[in-house]
Amino acid sequence: MTQSIVVQVGQCGNQVGCRFWDLVLREHAHVNQMGVYDEALSSFFRNVDQRCHCLVPNITENQVYLCACLQAVLVDMEEGVLAEILQGPLRSLFSSTQLISDVSGSGNNWAVGHHTYGLVYREQIVDQVRKAAEHCDCLQCFFLIHSMGGGTGSGLGTFVLKLLEDEFPEVCRIVTSVYPTAEDDVITSPYNSVLAMKELTEHADCVLPVDNQSLVDIVGKIQHMSNTGKLGCAIKKDCTIISGQGGVVKVEKPFDAMNNIVANLLLNITSSARFEGSLNMDLNEIAMNLVPFPRLHYLVSSLTPLYTLADVNIPPRRLDQMFSDAFSKEHQLIRADPKHNLYLACALMLRGNVQLSDLRRNIERLRPTLPFVPWNQEGWKTSLCSVPPVCHTHSLLALANNTCVKSTFFELRECFVKLYRRKAHLHHYLAVDGMELAEFNEALSSISALIEEYTHLESPLMPNAPRLTIAT
Amino acid sequence: MSTDMSVVSLQLGQCGNQIGHELFSVISDDSSGPNRKYKQCSDERFFYETSTGGLVARSVLVDMEPKVISQAIAKASKSGRWRYGDKAHFSQKQGSGNNWANGFCVHGPHHEEAVEDLVRMEMERCDRLAGIFTMMSVAGGTGSGVGTYITQRLRDLYPNSFILNQVTWPYGAGEVIVQNYNSVLTLSHLYQLSDAILVHENDTVHKICSRLMNIKHISISDVNKVIAHQLASVLQPAYTADSTCHYSTNPIGELLSSLVCHPEYKLLSLCNIPQMSSTSLAYSVFNWPGLLKHLRQMLIASTRMEEGIDWTVSSPSAVTSGGEGATNSRHKSFNLSLANLLILRGKDVSTAVTDGFKDPALYVPWLKTENSFSTWTSPVAFNGYEKSATLVSNSQSLLKPLDSIVRKAWNMFASRAYIHQYTKFGISEEDFLDSFTAVEQIISSYTHL
Repeated sequence: MTQSIVVQVGQCGNQVGCRFWDLVLREHAHVNQMGVYDEALSSFFRNVDQRCHCLVPNITENQVYLCACLQAVLVDMEEGVLAEILQGPLRSLFSSTQLISDVSGSGNNWAVGHHTYGLVYREQIVDQVRKAAEHCDCLQCFFLIHSMGGGTGSGLGTFVLKLLEDEFPEVCRIVTSVYPTAEDDVITSPYNSVLAMKELTEHADCVLPVDNQSLVDIVGKIQHMSNTGKLGCAIKKDCTIISGQGGVVKVEKPFDAMNNIVANLLLNITSSARFEGSLNMDLNEIAMNLVPFPRLHYLVSSLTPLYTLADVNIPPRRLDQMFSDAFSKEHQLIRADPKHNLYLACALMLRGNVQLSDLRRNIERLRPTLPFVPWNQEGWKTSLCSVPPVCHTHSLLALANNTCVKSTFFELRECFVKLYRRKAHLHHYLAVDGMELAEFNEALSSISALIEEYTHLESPLMPNAPRLTIAT
Repeated sequence: MSTDMSVVSLQLGQCGNQIGHELFSVISDDSSGPNRKYKQCSDERFFYETSTGGLVARSVLVDMEPKVISQAIAKASKSGRWRYGDKAHFSQKQGSGNNWANGFCVHGPHHEEAVEDLVRMEMERCDRLAGIFTMMSVAGGTGSGVGTYITQRLRDLYPNSFILNQVTWPYGAGEVIVQNYNSVLTLSHLYQLSDAILVHENDTVHKICSRLMNIKHISISDVNKVIAHQLASVLQPAYTADSTCHYSTNPIGELLSSLVCHPEYKLLSLCNIPQMSSTSLAYSVFNWPGLLKHLRQMLIASTRMEEGIDWTVSSPSAVTSGGEGATNSRHKSFNLSLANLLILRGKDVSTAVTDGFKDPALYVPWLKTENSFSTWTSPVAFNGYEKSATLVSNSQSLLKPLDSIVRKAWNMFASRAYIHQYTKFGISEEDFLDSFTAVEQIISSYTHL
């Protein structure tokens, strides 16, 4: 069993991260009735000495875990979010040294996050990560969670990314990045995002971009379904997807529903590595299968089904619907339409009561409708994990490397250029020690080159290269 | 009274371990039914007895991550009839990530000593060794990459032992995106190391499950059970040409000498009929002429399951001199064989007439027919089927799927997609080109039979 370490940076990163811990605990509690520290738990938690005096929160009435401690490092340059965590019910899962914080925040300035705080906290962050890594038998993956639009998550987060690559080059780095919407209230978010993009392109193995707008839409859809109360669409009360009900954190806060979705994404990606199944998929297989060219590592994700239906026995039609939904643009976690762009590769990660034949039938069915790049016409990676998410009988996570991401990057670049042309707000960045104008230019070329690479793949290729011939 | 030879099995990677477990289960079930005449021989071949009287499989389980091996070991113990050796497995914490290069260049060399030790222990435990039988898939990273590396090591360490590699080819419409690269790399290397490569294709087995066995919700376990059934029908004791009054003691050696006449041709395919659900089986009656007629047509029309057989394909009229005449009169889908081995098990097997398979038109003209065709028999009903017939073929039937694998791999290679993942671990573009050349050579050899 391999271990992963989560590094959550910034306000968004920490909120999503905490939601994730909540869900993971609940999932393991559901599966692991005895509350014993088992292999599956070891992927994210380490077992602490039994003499440790901190109590672990009760997940449901009868279950208490042995003392477990998260393999995580929590970073924020403002006190608010971390302070809440320290007082919240998850507090006993962290030791205070795992939290690295400062007081004044980054002021939505990438340069402050990256250069100023990066310099100051470098040692401390490396120390904490190293400590967590030492406790791991076999460290496979770092999960970095942050947002792109602000200052800490974006600036310090990408600094940490580079650091992880320098200190632990062999360990896979999977980054979950929350991209700002076009109407984001942070004016300089395009600067922050594009500056961060360059780092992601160069230092991450795999990026899972998530768009706030898409999350809002999806949450809205779920609320709508539950409010209209359609027959057969009743949403089970403690469904994992949008509510934390039944979890440790009881109070719902404004972004909670959206954060829940992102947390579910992480939950499902790691499910096959944590639990058993007939067709396992390890985390290192994600990059191997879905990243054909090193820089093109941005994966579009979709989670289905979002709603638990009241029916218990799901006839095949509903199951097939889950597969179809996975490719519809309404279910994607970024605003993109993969069906009308080109697929480079696609992974289907199934959980729960889904058989091989269901999977094969649906691949056969959907293949003709999805445009794949000519050199990877049947590029599917599949995995089956037998443990479903709590309250569902089955679920599907689809991860695709699709050229539709370029539209997100294109828009981002347009917003960036609009500001940059006028040199708006630049002085805030250039005033920071270590920040230079050249960085802006480099970031701009990086994202332009990336868009170009994706576009290039869409152009009609030369006819298939002739095969080698053997002299007879 | 001859001593029976034993087979040492090596289960590699997720697929290899799952299939291995099913294989030993089928063998154990088949041998243990009432009136089982070959239990002793079969037990000696595949198991050894411990001091407490339990049967332990002569098998080494290898995987780079522990989950599948743990499951296989647990399931075996639960059966109560046999189990795996306590120490006969090797696993690590982290898999090969579907990366052949990672398996072959990193994990293989890292762990070669440990695995070799385990294999040596099993081999030393055998009174007489029939050969090494490995099971792996070609699509992933461990079975294919580590499996190939280990085969290479075993070939170096035991140059005189037979090595038979069973490989599973993945579904054409992917399971692993880089499966075609991994397949080409595996096959090109194995071809030099192995004595014969016995191929199963997931697509074919899946069809058997859905159309013949009527399984509504096919699981991986169903697919593996069919593969295990087919393998067991070959490996369980039988009377052969060399061994007519007692069960053959040299099953792998005889298999290889019947089928692999020339090192350039060592790809073997399997057909087994009948295959049906147990409910249908209760109402079905079979006769040898019917079974053999179907099997023969399946051979020449290259269908590996008993449905949708193309009866328009026929063998050219009997040709005495071979050469031009034969090639011209052959139906374009006619499947030419180098050699066939028919294994018949069940009631009245002595009445079965196998002349249909002795037709020289079925075979390449440059081999004498008496060397091309052999039959093994056993009067014991196998695994619940009153009569069953298995055909192991060295023929052109794998050409189409192999060609398809190479075509897709080549197209991907032309755009250099995913190559950085392989070069990272030590497999260069040159290595890829070498492998492509080797597999194209195999295709060419079989095409121009």
